[in-house]
Amino acid sequence: MTWKRLLIPLASVPVILLLAYGFRTDPKAIPSPLVKKPAPEFRLTVFGGGEISLAGLKGKPAVLNFWASWCYPACYEEAPLLEATWRKFKDQGLMVVGVDIQDKEANALEFIQRFGFTFPNAPDPGSKVSIDYGVYGVPETFFVDRHGRITYKHVGALTPALVEAQVQALLKGN
Amino acid sequence: MISTLGHFVLFLALGLSLYAAAGSVIGARTRREDWLASSRNAILAQFCLVTLAIFLLEYALITSDFSLRYVANNSTRGSLVQYKIAGLWGSLEGSILLWAWLQSLFSALVVARYGDRHEAVMPYVQAVLQGIAAFFLLVMTFAVNPFTPLVPVPPDGRGLNPLLEVTDMLVHPLLLYLGYVGFSVPFAFAMAALITGRLTDEWLKYTRRWTVIAWVFLTGGIFYGGWWSYRTLGWGGYWAWDPVENASFMPWLTGTAFIHSVMIQERKRMLKIWNLALITLTFALVIFGTFLTRSGILASVHAFADGPVGVLFLGFLALVLLFSLSLIAYRADRLKGHGELDSIVSRESAFLLNNVVLIGICFTVFLGTIFPLLTEAIRGTKISVGTPYFNRVSVPLGMALLLLMGIGPLIAWGRASWNNLRRNFLKPILVAGAGTAVVFALGVRQAEALLAFCCSFFVVGTIALEFFQSTRARASATGERLPVAFAVLLLKSRRRYGGLIVHLGVVIAIIGIAVSSVYKVEREVTLKPQERLEIGPYTIQFHDLRAGEQPTHVLVWANLSVSKGDRPLVDLKPGQRFYPNQQSPFASVDARYHWTEDLYTILSTFERDGSSATIKAMINPMMAWIWIGGVVILLGVVVAVLPERRLAMLSVRAKAQAA
Amino acid sequence: MVWGGARGMRRRRGWPVRLLLLATALVLGPVDGVPAAGPDVEDRVREIASELRCVVCQNLSVADSPSDLAKEMRNVVRDQVQQGKSREEVQAYFVSRYGEYVLLAPPKRGFNLLVWGLPFLAVVAGGGVVYLVARRWTEQKPGDRPTVDPAYAERVRRELKDREHG
Repeated sequence: MTWKRLLIPLASVPVILLLAYGFRTDPKAIPSPLVKKPAPEFRLTVFGGGEISLAGLKGKPAVLNFWASWCYPACYEEAPLLEATWRKFKDQGLMVVGVDIQDKEANALEFIQRFGFTFPNAPDPGSKVSIDYGVYGVPETFFVDRHGRITYKHVGALTPALVEAQVQALLKGN
Repeated sequence: MISTLGHFVLFLALGLSLYAAAGSVIGARTRREDWLASSRNAILAQFCLVTLAIFLLEYALITSDFSLRYVANNSTRGSLVQYKIAGLWGSLEGSILLWAWLQSLFSALVVARYGDRHEAVMPYVQAVLQGIAAFFLLVMTFAVNPFTPLVPVPPDGRGLNPLLEVTDMLVHPLLLYLGYVGFSVPFAFAMAALITGRLTDEWLKYTRRWTVIAWVFLTGGIFYGGWWSYRTLGWGGYWAWDPVENASFMPWLTGTAFIHSVMIQERKRMLKIWNLALITLTFALVIFGTFLTRSGILASVHAFADGPVGVLFLGFLALVLLFSLSLIAYRADRLKGHGELDSIVSRESAFLLNNVVLIGICFTVFLGTIFPLLTEAIRGTKISVGTPYFNRVSVPLGMALLLLMGIGPLIAWGRASWNNLRRNFLKPILVAGAGTAVVFALGVRQAEALLAFCCSFFVVGTIALEFFQSTRARASATGERLPVAFAVLLLKSRRRYGGLIVHLGVVIAIIGIAVSSVYKVEREVTLKPQERLEIGPYTIQFHDLRAGEQPTHVLVWANLSVSKGDRPLVDLKPGQRFYPNQQSPFASVDARYHWTEDLYTILSTFERDGSSATIKAMINPMMAWIWIGGVVILLGVVVAVLPERRLAMLSVRAKAQAA
Repeated sequence: MVWGGARGMRRRRGWPVRLLLLATALVLGPVDGVPAAGPDVEDRVREIASELRCVVCQNLSVADSPSDLAKEMRNVVRDQVQQGKSREEVQAYFVSRYGEYVLLAPPKRGFNLLVWGLPFLAVVAGGGVVYLVARRWTEQKPGDRPTVDPAYAERVRRELKDREHG
């Protein structure tokens, strides 16, 4: 068999290698094009009255978290962490904002009460803000710096180590 | 108890499988009948063992024995018995057991059918088939065991995904798997021919029938899957170019190419390498399909959970490809056929073009399916390749194929003279022109639809002409009445006429596909009670919203009454099913299916108090023709593979009647 | 196989149907419940939405998907169409939020030209190969046909003649 014939079976090798590469990727993870870009403006009415907007944050770094009461178990796991982060860092100038998507008001209020949220939470009618932020599932969290730039997006439940690292980076950044 | 027994049975079956594979090879190399005989027995014994494993798992499912993790994950105490049975292939481990069982079944059938004949080739056929079976048994014995115990034993199971607790679940996977596993038989014959060097066309005879049978199961499975999707999923479509759907389509394409090009090899002894490559590619695509479904590398609505299994399947795919391609390369010089053609315009060329188009479509589907992965590897970005791409690229190719279906059967083998062409094509072209004019007058203006109609009329014209001319010729020659002559003709040249009927079915399906997509009408409106929605000639009135508890779920539905003009037509109740374990509800479609058009309704959203409901209504013209086309294809295949003896009797009886 | 026009699933209906819908929207508007924003806008919305991927579904377009998020994405598309945005602008908006992933067909530039161009090239190349092979086979004919040894043929002829007469 001449060496040219070897090409026939070897032709299948690149395909096999490509498929093997597939094991290293997560088909469900969509990378966000908003990272390192300015955060889209939003204006929402908070539960219980009042308005919250990006401009209204006035140069404070923020953690923007998208959640829903039907998002079990991930939102339930990270909710205490969010509240704790708010309480720990609010005096250092951090803002935490929760956006409740595709939810019923009664269930949302129950969720807020259950975890004792003291940071502002607002429903997103028509999911316009969620779509503006490229949200495709819950929970998703955006870390926004003082200049209104998104530094990091996390999909899924937050972990203490991650939040600590990201918030410290936000507060340290100029 | 069942857990250990089941696992042991599988382990034993694996051992027998390996023994049979090795023994067949040893028997063939040393020409010792005792090795061959014992290998054949091992194959039969292995089949019995895997059957026993199936019985054990089914028994556990039917008796709701939740000490097995698989039973707990795939059934509940309250499920109907047929869904408990279907739970066998509800998720990963069981589906591999089903595959292994079908593989053993086919191996046993091959042994039973050919026994100790064809001693040069048969041992290797058996070895290859057993090698494949051994792989699936290996995956179960060492990686994903369907008999894994569950401790502590839960009081009730989690149940099958509610989408799967339907009668369709009893049909669709089985049809597909029969097709997939069926293709392993011609593949094994091809490998055996390459290994033994017996590359005369002897093996074609056996493979052809197996290939057609596997093909018809795969065709049935694909059509049935589309039909199921359409009636149940609630988006009004039947094919989403989902990676796993594509994975079933690709071997179908190469299988169809193989069935056609094999006809050239039978007549002219040409294209040996090509045919071997085609059947190898078909089987490789089958394994690729099962890899995609079980590896989790591409997101798909059909995918089972990912796990270590993916790596095993990739390894097997690599093994199959390298092994078969090396064999083909090794024997390549022996495979060069002496091709002879009298003229470039001939049926051979038409068949070759058919292959080019079919492989072209297959290549497109493959490229589109893996391109996101390729892009991620090279550019690091995630992209999508979906319906708009596949439609745009495959529709022109589909048109070309349609044309070839009309031209191919009417061009002569070897050489086509202008007389021949003129005689055979003039009338169909006229039919096509007339038909297109009629359709144009009826209001069809879209270019693609007109083109589809034109080509379809052409093909129908060629088929009808062929049937009519031959029947008339025979009737005048033998004095039989026309219907009798037609029937006898069908039975005598069943391959040809069966093939023409299959083509007719394809044309019917293509017309259905074209018209239902181009002329689909959709409206989504939020209605308060007693309000009406107009769509096409129908008026749909929303009456009220009701809810009811079913054994396994809560059903919320909208009562709609449909009228056409002022005549009441039908009551439809589209709804949503809420299952306790599921986060979002499942659609419950209600539609009026009619051979002219389907009126399809879905309940999108609603207010809990029944004050309003959003209804989505669709008119899908000629959608039923797709499913009718599928049935005609099946009928055509039945005609084409009817066994010899029976038809000889019928032919004799017909002659007696005519006399 | 589902059909599409040159720019997505544009369904151009025959005149009668179009007139009926227009008349319906005008005359029966209030009875119709919440009307869509006029048939032409709906057409545009469906056309654009059918080229966007529903990000929470498997492989469905925003036009086809029954999910809630898809419904709201359709609303966003509708708002933008009513503001007069073109198809490219709407697509650019979604791409800036979700990435290229949200386009159901990869845009025809750069690396993506591979996926758009290769199928066409493959079929043309295949057709070319078929032509060359067919031509080679027609040319091969005279040389390869086995010829009969003339002496042998003569002997056969003689023997046959003997049998006839003998």
